[in-house]
Formats: sequence, C-alpha cells, structure tokens
Amino acid sequence: MKALVLGVGNLLWADEGFGVRCVEAFAERYQIPDSLTVADGGTQGLYLVDLLREHDPVVIFDAVDFGDEPGSIRVVENDDIPAFVAGRKVSLHQAGLQDVIACAKLLGDCADNMLLVGVQPVELEDYGGSLRPAVKAQIPQSLEIAEDYLAGFGIELKAQDRPSGSSVITPGLELERYEADRPDRASACRKGDARVLQRARAL
Amino acid sequence: MAIQTPNGFTLDDSGRRVVVDPVTRIEGHLRIEVNLDDDNVIRNAVSTGTMWRGLEVILKGRDPRDAWAFTQRICGVCTGTHALTSVRAVEDALNIDIPENANIIRNLMQLALQVHDHIVHFYHLHALDWVDVVSGLSADPKATSELAQSISRWPKSSPGYFKDLQSRLKKFVESGQLGLFRNAYWGHPAYKLPPEANLMATAHYLEALDFQKEIKKIHTIFGGKNPHPNWLVGGVPCPINVSDTGAVGAINIERLSHVKKIIDQCRQFSEQVYLPDLLAIASFYKDWTYGGGISGQNVMSYGDIPDHANDYTADNLLLPRGAILNGNLAEIHEVDQRNPEEIQEFVPHSWYSYADESIGLHPWDGVTEPNFELGPNAKGTKTHLEALDESAKYSWIKSPRWKGNAMEVGPLARYIIGYAQGNPEFKEPVDKVLTDLDLPVTALFSTLGRTAARGLECVWAADKMDYFYNKLIANIRNGDVATANTQNWDPKTWPSDVKGVGFTEAPRGALGHWIHIKDTRIENYQAVVPTTWNAGPRDNEGNIGAYEASLMDTPMAIPDQPLEILRTIHSFDPCLACSTHVMSPDGDELADIKVR
Repeated sequence: MKALVLGVGNLLWADEGFGVRCVEAFAERYQIPDSLTVADGGTQGLYLVDLLREHDPVVIFDAVDFGDEPGSIRVVENDDIPAFVAGRKVSLHQAGLQDVIACAKLLGDCADNMLLVGVQPVELEDYGGSLRPAVKAQIPQSLEIAEDYLAGFGIELKAQDRPSGSSVITPGLELERYEADRPDRASACRKGDARVLQRARAL
Repeated sequence: MAIQTPNGFTLDDSGRRVVVDPVTRIEGHLRIEVNLDDDNVIRNAVSTGTMWRGLEVILKGRDPRDAWAFTQRICGVCTGTHALTSVRAVEDALNIDIPENANIIRNLMQLALQVHDHIVHFYHLHALDWVDVVSGLSADPKATSELAQSISRWPKSSPGYFKDLQSRLKKFVESGQLGLFRNAYWGHPAYKLPPEANLMATAHYLEALDFQKEIKKIHTIFGGKNPHPNWLVGGVPCPINVSDTGAVGAINIERLSHVKKIIDQCRQFSEQVYLPDLLAIASFYKDWTYGGGISGQNVMSYGDIPDHANDYTADNLLLPRGAILNGNLAEIHEVDQRNPEEIQEFVPHSWYSYADESIGLHPWDGVTEPNFELGPNAKGTKTHLEALDESAKYSWIKSPRWKGNAMEVGPLARYIIGYAQGNPEFKEPVDKVLTDLDLPVTALFSTLGRTAARGLECVWAADKMDYFYNKLIANIRNGDVATANTQNWDPKTWPSDVKGVGFTEAPRGALGHWIHIKDTRIENYQAVVPTTWNAGPRDNEGNIGAYEASLMDTPMAIPDQPLEILRTIHSFDPCLACSTHVMSPDGDELADIKVR
C-alpha cells in the first residue's frame, strides 16, 4: 500500500494554511517516489476518508490548537490523534479530522499507522493572509519529521536534483504568488465577525 | 406582536424563543432562531449567517485567470462548481469561446459533482434527520433483507449482509466511537421508520461513503488531481491523446473507459439504492407536509449543462432556466443576470453598509463593506449573542432579490420549473413519484419535496453523464480533440475595462459570479451563492427568505431537540461557503440550543 503525506486546512485563513503549505513545500523539496502520494486535502473533510483508507502509513500536517506556545510543533501518533483534533472541524459539513478517522475505521480499513504533525497557530483571523513567520519557520522541521517517520517504513526520500515548482499546489495559489499579489490593506477590508473571531481565539 | 410580510407570512415573535447555533451537518455557520406559540408551533423564524465571507475583497487586484483557484477554496463542498462559474465569468468578460470537448468535459465534471454532492448530502448530512441509526441496532436482519429486496434489485441485501453490518455497527457504537453518528437526537418522537428501515438506510449510509470515492475519480481524470482539480480559462487543462498511452495526464482510451465504468456505477447506485431508499423513507413521512416556505410561490433557476458550447440560452441548457412568480406555473419568466434591475442584493438586515440602504445593488456594482451592529432589541453582546433583533441588521448574508422578490433556488426550484415547462425529463419522474406515494402535486412544495427533487436529479445527472460521454467519444472519433482555446490567454489582448458574468446550477442552486476586469486585473468580484438566495435575511420591504419561510408553522415535538428545524434546513443542503477554522471549541456538543 502506498504511503500518504496529507496537508489539511484552508490556505485563505493565515496559519490555517499550514498543512497545505507543508505539502506544497514537501513536493518542492523531495523527489516523490511511486510509493508515496502527496495530497493537498484543503478543507475537504469527509471526502478525505478514502485517502486514509487507501494509504498506510499516513502523515498529516495541520494547524491544531494544542494549547501550546504559538508557532510550536507537536507530534501525535495513531490512537492519540482523534483526541487532539476533537472539536476541530475540517470544514466539510463540520466533519472534523476525528470524524474522518472514525468513518475510515467504521468502514474497516483505516490506515494503521498515522502521524499528525501539528503547529500551534499564531493568527487565524486574517482572511486572504498568509502564514505568520513563526509558523512558516516550522515548515522545514515538519518536513524532516515526516521524512524520518517515512524512513521508518522504508521510504527513503531524496532531495530534488534542482529547484522545481511544487506539483501539489493549485496553480495560482503558490505561496510566493499568493503573498505577492495580495491586495493592500486599504483596498481589502480585513475585518471579521467578533463572535466568530472570539471563537477562533478561544480555539 | 404579529406582522404580516408582503410575501404572505404572519410573523409572531411573542412566544418562546429557541436558538440553534450552530446548525450542524452543514458547510459553514448558520444560526436559526424561532418563536414558538403555546402549542410549540413555529410562528417566527430568523436565519443568520454567522460568518463573514470576504471572498470579494481578497480577489481584488489579482489575475482574473487565477480567480477560479481562490473561489475553489472558499468552501470544502462546491469547489468545482465555484471554479467552473469563475472561468465562465472570465470567458464572458473576455469573449472567449471554448471548444465543444471542453464544454462536454466540464459538463461531465459538473454532473459528477451533482451526483456526488446529492448522494453525500442525502446519506451523510440529511438522512440522519429521518433515520434513527440506534433504532437499527434492534432490527431483524432477515426482515431487513426482505424489505430491501422488496424495493430494489440492489445485490447487497442478504440477511447475512445486514447481520454482519449490524454487529459491526454495534461494536462501533459500544466502543464509543460514534463518529458522525454522535450528536443526534436518537429516539426522538419525530423519527417514524421501523428498525428494519433504519438498518437498511444505515447500511446504505456506509455503502454511499464507500462509493463516493469512485465518483471523484472523474475529477482526477479530467482535472489532473483530486481534491482541487485544475480548471482553465478557455477550456479544460487536459489534452486528449487517444493514440498514445504515454502522455502524462492526457485523456486516453484507458482513462475514457474508466470514466464509462464510473458513469455506469453512478447510474446503478442512483437508481437502485438512492431512489428506492428515498421513496421508502418518504412513505413513512407522508404526513410530515411542512417546510414548503416560498417554494410554492417563487422559484428561480439560472439553468446549466449547455448541450453545445458557448450558448447559455434556455433552449440550449439541459437544466431548466427561468423564474416562477406567485405560484403561477403557467408562466416562466426570463432571467437576465446582466440587467441591473433584475438581480439585486439588499442589506438593511445584513451586516454591511451601502451609501443608500433603501436600494439594492446589482452584483457588478456590488459593495462588500462590513458593518457589524446589533439592533436595540438584541439580547447579549456582540461576542455573546443571546437573541438577535431581526428588525435591525442580523446576518452576514445579504438579501438577494429577483425583481424585488425573494426566490427559492435548488433542485426543487429546477424541478418545479422543468415540470411547469412540461419537460418530460423532469415532469415524468415527478409524476411517477407522486403516483407511487399517492400524493397530490402540491406535496412537492415541502421539505420532502425538496429532498425528493434532489434524488430525482441525481438519477437525471447520472443519465446525462452517459449522454455527454457518448458525445465526447463521437467527437474524438470524428477527429476533434481540441480542449482549450488559448487565443485570448495573453492579457495584452484584453480590453482595458470589461465586465462578465458566469453562472452554473450548483448542487444547491443558482450560482453566479460577476467580475469586473480593469487593466488586466480584478477590479471587483461578487459571488451570489445559492445559500445567499435561500438563507438570506429579510429585505427592505420585510419579505422573508426561503429558509425563514420554510420553518413557519412547523410543530416541534420537543423544543430543545430541534430535529424538525434541522430536517427542513438540511433539505436545502446549506452551504455557507466560508472557511474552516471558525469552529466552537466545544465541538462535541451538538449545538447551543437555548429556549427562552
């Protein structure tokens, strides 16, 4: 069975884009062997169930509230994952990662080996914004954690021979372009709903 | 105090207030408040989008050819539909014609999305409003098998199959991993199915979950990857190369036969599982006639699925286009998305500011200026709202109106319009369902009518996939392999100031994107999504929208277990198109329900 490296989250919401930016960077940095799928899961929620059923081992990058120092990394394995991501919804009809895992288990063939590489977000309230520096700085280390984990399953990753674009990210949404083309503060109003933002802060 | 709305509803907010926030099993964030009379019947309804959706402002200044990629990210559900609407808007603005094959492939992707979305909606988001999973644990597998075989020739129906499933389910429930089955009102008196029907539907819940992965492969084949398939202004980003199997990503014979196989599975599942389940469930709820709202009065569909490329007129669109007003099925009105007098968005009850809020703005002139303020009678604070004041601003959703009228959009709207047009593709299946269930045509205007229309449309869409597949094969045989027109790709060829509109029928209804391109960059971008039409608040004249109207006069068995509200709101397949991070920290709770 192929291995999976999956990034989840919405890249339009600042640090919420961590997971997707990780897989974008992953595909830029490594040559992807045939034994590995690298996927930008976005906020597809329930639709990600199949990925967890069709791959093993699985590495998931995500921005998660662990109650840690913002910008810090935490790594969680297997049966501990649902508890850490409980209440955290991956958008699709409010199906969270724990529901996605539960569905895969109910269908009887969820991956046995799963690793969650989570970052504690700094900023989520900035719609149209990008990763904050503290979160962005954690991408290289997060990739290395995934690399080590996959090596434990015999998947040896090699660096790309020469710099190449990421085959994973949707064209037009590449990190650099996403940041460079952002409308300036004056033309783009970036306020939000106090109730929703309060919830985000409490996250 | 009772108020009469211009569109014919009597609102009385004197009774107890029940607040449901958030409404679960939907995309995005919706709050519903209702007032109940002494008999627990809903006499006032308030629908509130609680999420600020700032898509318009993050697209300003960007390359119009990239807009589809951003719109694809605004929500986790209708990704492909937004992308398609976006490329159509840009093509309209820049006068770009697409090749026939591109039209066919886009239709195949859009129809696959309809089938996918409808199946997932019915089984995974809506069925639990009718099906009591826990009751299924006490079903007799043999009787379940007899029930299943009496309604369909679907092969997975043996007593052993249901027995296995039941024990797997029991184990799952006992282990405490209820997953998506938690947070429901199991045992609620509004559930009417016998245990066997509950077990059968739960089995199909799992089968649907397993099957949906196949449908998505169509997006992988034509869009290069899934999730988030690629789209292209001017066509589709997949070359056709039938003579060579080596080209990366190209459409070859092997991939085409895979597509054909998936289409056959879609038709089979829709006809042998989805539709029979729908009819079986509906037969137990025939007396639950609530939820019609404005569907018996005003419905609208932009139409979609162009038979031939680049022609978006009603005659060429296989999904009906038009509007019905005041329940007059004898007259289908033309809809013109460009006419500034037709589609307008109002904000007197929305948390946005216009210079003059007595008027509506056409999307090309749309303004998205947030203004979050509560009315004088609201209870609580801006961060801890206890009750909204619907006489003032109370939602992040605008109120779109067509010629001043609140309209319902979605599968039911499409089917009513198709029915009124006498189009046999829509009329005949509707008549058959009504005959089978022994119901009058007016039964269509209800929560169940909405749910049934979606199921019929799933069957229709799967059939149409087959139609377009055959068209694609015929074209390729005739030597036509063009999939993209890159003639106007270069911004140097673009006029300095242009506007365009793109539209589709998303699974949940009429979707439009309006774009204004100035000096090759996006100057303004406005999306009016189906849920805006359905979930929007009152307008400047006090007309209530589709959600609010649909809840009126519904009796609730247990006010603090608002199953009836969920049932009707879910029948619209709500999608508040926003983002992921804004969940409440106490995600294990079903919802914050307050009764006052």
